Amino acid sequence: MWQWFHKLGSPKWFFGIAGRLIPWLGFGALMLLGVGIVWGLLFAPADYQQGDSYRIIFIHVPSAYLGQSLYVAMALAGAVGLIWRMKMADTFIAATAPVGAALTFVALFTGAVWGKPTWGTWWIWDARLTSMLLLFFLYLGVMALRRALEDPENRARASAILTLVGVVNIPIIKFSVEWWNTLHQPASIRMTEAPAMPASMWVPLLICAIGFHLLAGWLILMRMRNEILHRERRARWVRNWVLSQ
Amino acid sequence: MSTTLLEARQLYCERDDRVLFSGLDLSVGSGDIVRIAGPNGSGKTTLLRILAGLNLSFEGDLNWHGYPLHGQRDWYQANMLFLGHRAGITASLTPLENLRCWVDMRRPQREASLWEALADAGLEGYEDIPSAHLSAGQQRRVALARLYLSTEPVWLLDEAFTAIDQGAVKVLESLISSRAAQGGAVVLSTHHRLQLGECRVLELGGA
Amino acid sequence: MQPESRTPVTLTDAGSGLTRAGMTTFHRELLIAFREKQDVINPLVFFLLIVSLFPLGISPETEFLREAGAGIIWVAALLAILLSLNMLFRNDYADGYLEQWVLSPQPLAMMVLVRVSAVWVASVVPLLLLVPLLGLMLHLPADRIGVLALTLLMGSPVLLLIGAIGAALTVSVRNSGMLLALLMTPFYVPVLIFGTGAVTAFGEGASITGHLAILGAMLVLTIVLAPFAIAAGLRMSVANG
Repeated sequence: MWQWFHKLGSPKWFFGIAGRLIPWLGFGALMLLGVGIVWGLLFAPADYQQGDSYRIIFIHVPSAYLGQSLYVAMALAGAVGLIWRMKMADTFIAATAPVGAALTFVALFTGAVWGKPTWGTWWIWDARLTSMLLLFFLYLGVMALRRALEDPENRARASAILTLVGVVNIPIIKFSVEWWNTLHQPASIRMTEAPAMPASMWVPLLICAIGFHLLAGWLILMRMRNEILHRERRARWVRNWVLSQ
Repeated sequence: MSTTLLEARQLYCERDDRVLFSGLDLSVGSGDIVRIAGPNGSGKTTLLRILAGLNLSFEGDLNWHGYPLHGQRDWYQANMLFLGHRAGITASLTPLENLRCWVDMRRPQREASLWEALADAGLEGYEDIPSAHLSAGQQRRVALARLYLSTEPVWLLDEAFTAIDQGAVKVLESLISSRAAQGGAVVLSTHHRLQLGECRVLELGGA
Repeated sequence: MQPESRTPVTLTDAGSGLTRAGMTTFHRELLIAFREKQDVINPLVFFLLIVSLFPLGISPETEFLREAGAGIIWVAALLAILLSLNMLFRNDYADGYLEQWVLSPQPLAMMVLVRVSAVWVASVVPLLLLVPLLGLMLHLPADRIGVLALTLLMGSPVLLLIGAIGAALTVSVRNSGMLLALLMTPFYVPVLIFGTGAVTAFGEGASITGHLAILGAMLVLTIVLAPFAIAAGLRMSVANG
């Protein structure tokens, strides 16, 4: 097990493995998202309460969930980087931050779009959207900090510290925004249905969820490969690989 | 037989895509004066900061009294004095207050010693003036005063001879010599031609 | 000039002089704050200005001010603390004292806590002293001002400590003002929510013990954990000098 873990720290090994995984992830993402989104947007039955406008959850829910879990993943990578001084950990953070930010933005956007037919406004300060907004700021913060620091070691360490402190804050944010929201909007409308969703609804949702995960994996691995090529550009294996392209 | 105080083994450091040094070995024992030489940008400051424990982006081993440095940081820092490019003089405090802060963070000393040190460093009469009103050379003399009060065996001095006049250069040279003579060790980088007697030279640069 | 050092060379053990070092750190911050009064006055003036703008910008009516007052003062205090973060480490970084401080043989996390406490006393307490006056300006009833002051008393150290983490991470960055604001906002929001929530609840006659308990928990958590993050950030920032 440890052997695999240490292999993970080798840019060359990771580059190879990632290279082989990427086509599968891309293909899988394309298929699943294609099926899931079409099914969800077009074929799943209309919701008895919200009509057709609820359909956006097929995009909103997976992207929101991924937005959060990718931040946690970055924090884990940060911890690994600090404890085991693994450079690949920072490569992961560099690759993931924009992907997570983009997914969070998609969640915000779809959340707002969903709000229009439901509440009549393009934006609403409900608990979920506000938490998503703050998560978006957290992502922007990591990206802005990385841009501001030039030294790679400092950048890696700072990102690790920031994401670790941030991950502690995420449940606090959720809790406090949740509470804040109940004060001001006692009848807040839930965006996801209760678990009692018919199969014709949660199956496409699941497909979309898996599809989004594959999409994120695909994007992150591609970005990591780019990052590795950049960081290891003086290594011989990189030169050989580039020449062989 | 002098004791080995600080030891660096197989140090490797790269910066901005350049390898600064590789496989560098340095052994500093009591009584040693080591001058790190090399052109600008050859990594003199980086090496000193690595030795001081500030800079952690390197590979290799650092030992203090035979023990790995990273496990003995507090002990090492209690016995090491590092002076960087910027001497750490707070502009809004007087030389006396600056000295007092430095000293009290480590080992308290008598007030009279502080005054003596400032006088020894040529700042008699300037003890109570906010350091912002001193010239650059005078400010660096405050750092010199600190050296007078230092009980730390190991000194790491980065460009300590910059911006000080001839008189202060002589003072610094003798402070360094006497530190080594008393069983301590000094590692320094400088562009100046020094009169320091037995002084090893470590050449950097050329990578 | 004396050519030789009068002080003998000795090998010291680690771990001595912690109390003295702590007192020195504390005293130094207060002394500098006293000498560089501008760094203390700026956030104060900022505080006053922001609060004054709201009645002018929205409405000076008692109804509105009474309802919005606590929130306005809280936000203004938050921004003023954000402003004062700049003076926390920047000057010491620029003149090289920070790396000397990091290299002192004392546990850095503890020294950090002492330093931030000193800055709290020097910079934030004056803000808190202005709160009654500002509360009056916004037509807040006296008891509500009291609760407001209490929440700020408990919340401002949290803001300062968390802000210090950001300040430590960005001390080597030029023009980091907006970066710091971006970094800190997600962390400040929960404190803001419970701080203002307490005052609102009080205004409606509800119990505020829950809010205060949560603020207290945040305070304790931050005091215990933040210094380590701040120390790590400082060590990282002085690595290259």
